[in-house]
Amino acid sequence: MLTVSRLVKRFSSPEAGGAAVEIVRVEELSLAAGAHVALRGESGSGKTTFLHLIAGILAADEGRIVIDGEDVAALGESQRDRARAARIGYIFQTFNLLQGYTVLENVVLGMSFGPGGVDRARARSLLERVGLGHRLHHFPRQLSTGQQQRVAVARALANRPKLVLADEPTGNLDRAHGREALTLIREACREAGAALLLVSHDPEVLAQFEQVRDFSEINRPRARNSP
Amino acid sequence: MTLPLIIYRSLRQHALSTLVTAGSIALAAGLLMVVWMVKEQSQKAFLDTSTGFDAVLGARGSKLQIVLNSIFHLEASPGNVAAADFEQIRKHPAVKTAIPLALGDNYFGYRIVGTAEELFTTVEYSPGKRYVLEAGGRLFGAGQREAVIGSFAAARLKLKVGDTFQPYHGLAFDPKAQHEEVYTITAVLAPTNTPADKVIWIPITGIQTMKGHDPRMATDVSAVLIQLRSPTAGFMLDMMYNKQGNRLTFAYPVAAIIADLFGKIGWFDRVLALVAYLVALVAAGSVLASIYASMSARQRDLAILRALGARRRTVFGAVVAEAAVIGALGAVLGFAVYFGLLAGVASVIRTQTGVAIDIVAGHAILWIAPLAMIGLCALGGVVPALKAYRVPVAETLAPTS
Repeated sequence: MLTVSRLVKRFSSPEAGGAAVEIVRVEELSLAAGAHVALRGESGSGKTTFLHLIAGILAADEGRIVIDGEDVAALGESQRDRARAARIGYIFQTFNLLQGYTVLENVVLGMSFGPGGVDRARARSLLERVGLGHRLHHFPRQLSTGQQQRVAVARALANRPKLVLADEPTGNLDRAHGREALTLIREACREAGAALLLVSHDPEVLAQFEQVRDFSEINRPRARNSP
Repeated sequence: MTLPLIIYRSLRQHALSTLVTAGSIALAAGLLMVVWMVKEQSQKAFLDTSTGFDAVLGARGSKLQIVLNSIFHLEASPGNVAAADFEQIRKHPAVKTAIPLALGDNYFGYRIVGTAEELFTTVEYSPGKRYVLEAGGRLFGAGQREAVIGSFAAARLKLKVGDTFQPYHGLAFDPKAQHEEVYTITAVLAPTNTPADKVIWIPITGIQTMKGHDPRMATDVSAVLIQLRSPTAGFMLDMMYNKQGNRLTFAYPVAAIIADLFGKIGWFDRVLALVAYLVALVAAGSVLASIYASMSARQRDLAILRALGARRRTVFGAVVAEAAVIGALGAVLGFAVYFGLLAGVASVIRTQTGVAIDIVAGHAILWIAPLAMIGLCALGGVVPALKAYRVPVAETLAPTS
């Protein structure tokens, strides 16, 4: 379902006098359809950049990212946007809900850029699934942090994605809510048949996954001046 | 569904700046339409107001003054036309109708004009329209101290059939200059939307023989309104009075003289239009500024939309469309400004001249100005839209970990 090979991303670094510094160099990573894989990694290890590359938010400098048979790394920005809307659900650590929109509108917007278009009934049922059927017309600021995370989960699944990317999804939640959120994410992905690639540095989160990979072993950026 | 939702939510989030900006656009669009329509409609109304006459004969002076004085009842008469001159033109074979006018008195500032009965019985003040007396009225009797009052003057002076009044000497109201003669109102004219509505009409002998007026001029008239048998006759009489003679002025053709007036005051329209254009530009600039100022606050929202799969051109279009919607909102409000202002201006013109402006008349400017404002606002939205277009999604959404 997802195959990453020889992926490289560099950024120009002010600390290096503006020279390009490698942040990501992943030789190989594969994810089967419906699989749930967790990546362990510390802050600053390039995990978020890696997820942004897979999602097509960032363009890769080298390598291939094949999702569902299509190499998104070879696509132009506009096509990557389309591919993201069609195949990927993204759960951010900070949720990134649109504060001026209601809960229902947040989920509706999540599906509106995809190929299936807007399906309000599905948006409602997703919100009911995550236990927010009674909060459809509330604004994010009127919800608890845990409830906001559940909206983010519903929004990520709105487009029937093949792959859900979760970036420290429990990072802003307390332990109990974090556990609850993780269970919800995994169940919802399982029900939707979506593969899940989650990054976290929290041992308790990682302990719930059968497949855990150490990101520092996968990501081997070359230091400057190395061949 | 998505675009309207994005625009609606964005406008709601910035409701105050949206309203202020839409208000300035409304002012610009309204002002633009008012300036244009007042120019168009007043020109049309004045040009149509020849009150059925082709020419005016008056004392030697400016043609415009003679026309304003005798057709629009503005300005003063440049002098008198002797009885013999009136008789000469009345009997001229090229002249179909010659109606004498005698001026010199007022009643609380409303002009009292002496004239002949034929003005009300034979003249069409507009094609197919004769003066009509309102129910219960009758025309003044020749030589009687009776008056027919225009509808506007009647309403303002609160005079009706059977009421009496004493004229005041002069064209301007002076409370110390009241005549002794008492006149009785015999009829109120039905509204004509012409200057006749603000005049009190009496038999011509009334003005000529009013106590205090110069008895040596008791047979003179102030001007003669003329209908010609053919247009060529006008040029012949123009030659006779204006080129060969030096005592009288033959103001012909009336419409061209009024058009000349509008030509002379055209600069005023242009200044007003320039002001309106400037207001429009400032309004478009305020759209640009208000959306641009909010771009920092909404950068995160735009990045989230991008992360959800919105393309750059989608967020660009959303911002431009939002600016256009603010423009459309302003344009709609602009019609309220337009009707309010136009009604006020029309009322002033009516009070001052008796000429009625059609405030519900249609004109291309009524869709051109709102559309232009919407277009201008959309253009103003391009600059912040470019900023939206360039929002760096990854940097805006999350720090790298």
